[in-house]
Amino acid sequence: MKALHWRLAPFFIFLALVLVFWRGLALDPHHLPSTKVGQPLPSFQLTSFGETKRSSKSMLGHVSLLNVWASWCMACADEQAVLMRLAKQGVSIYGLNYKDSMDNAKEWLSEWGNPYQQIGEDVDGKVAINLGVYGAPETFLIDKNGIIRYRHVGALTMVIWEKEFAPLIQLLESVE
Amino acid sequence: MRSIFLLLALLINTAHAEVLYPLQTAKQEAQFKHLLADLRCLVCQNQDLADSNAGLAKDLRAEVYNRVKDGQSDSEIIQYLTERYGDFILFNPPMKGITVFLWFAPLIFLGVGFIIFWRRFR
Repeated sequence: MKALHWRLAPFFIFLALVLVFWRGLALDPHHLPSTKVGQPLPSFQLTSFGETKRSSKSMLGHVSLLNVWASWCMACADEQAVLMRLAKQGVSIYGLNYKDSMDNAKEWLSEWGNPYQQIGEDVDGKVAINLGVYGAPETFLIDKNGIIRYRHVGALTMVIWEKEFAPLIQLLESVE
Repeated sequence: MRSIFLLLALLINTAHAEVLYPLQTAKQEAQFKHLLADLRCLVCQNQDLADSNAGLAKDLRAEVYNRVKDGQSDSEIIQYLTERYGDFILFNPPMKGITVFLWFAPLIFLGVGFIIFWRRFR
């Protein structure tokens, strides 16, 4: 009886490995941890279409979204309808124009609409690296004190908005 | 004769690579090379930063280059990157609470194997 028990051990180890790897299959390797959540938004100063300087400090004092977008980013166009809808609802959205050309960005905004209160141009992608951005579009939720509270990678949808952002914003706005 | 030409061509190639990211000392060059080989491209995830041609990989290469040029140490540069991109950017995961099993699992499995072997043939 005891000998049989030990002979079965490899089988059970095999079963355990199958379970581990089976679970591993369900993980998305493109979903990276958001290490910046809970930390202050790095401060930056960017030009807005070559004109005035925009400082990250203008985002302080209210709950806002920071959306990383570019005219070359296909998913950003899908997302824009959602952002336009949110802007109409009164959500303050700031745009980080990631590695784009000014003309393309302006044309893109006139085609798809402009939901942004302010836009900063991150031409060389330095601010994006500082934020840990690895692909546009990305959306950060920033609280009144400039702390990053949530980050979504990929196009924002109303489902994700209702499930992840809306409850968190309600909570953040109730805190003084 | 032909092999000499081939060798020359190879030498010219490597010289060309260093013009893109010129560094003052051989030590910095070695540091830059080994950092790029140890860092993952986050877009094409199984390539290192040295091999990848993705836009983000180029930007991160430039970031690492500037920091090496400024004389920052490996741990400073790696800390800067892991604070932003997490441990995933490292091909060599650090030893800490969550990775202990990863590091010691081979030893555990070896031990289990020995126990089974010993029980079976005693």
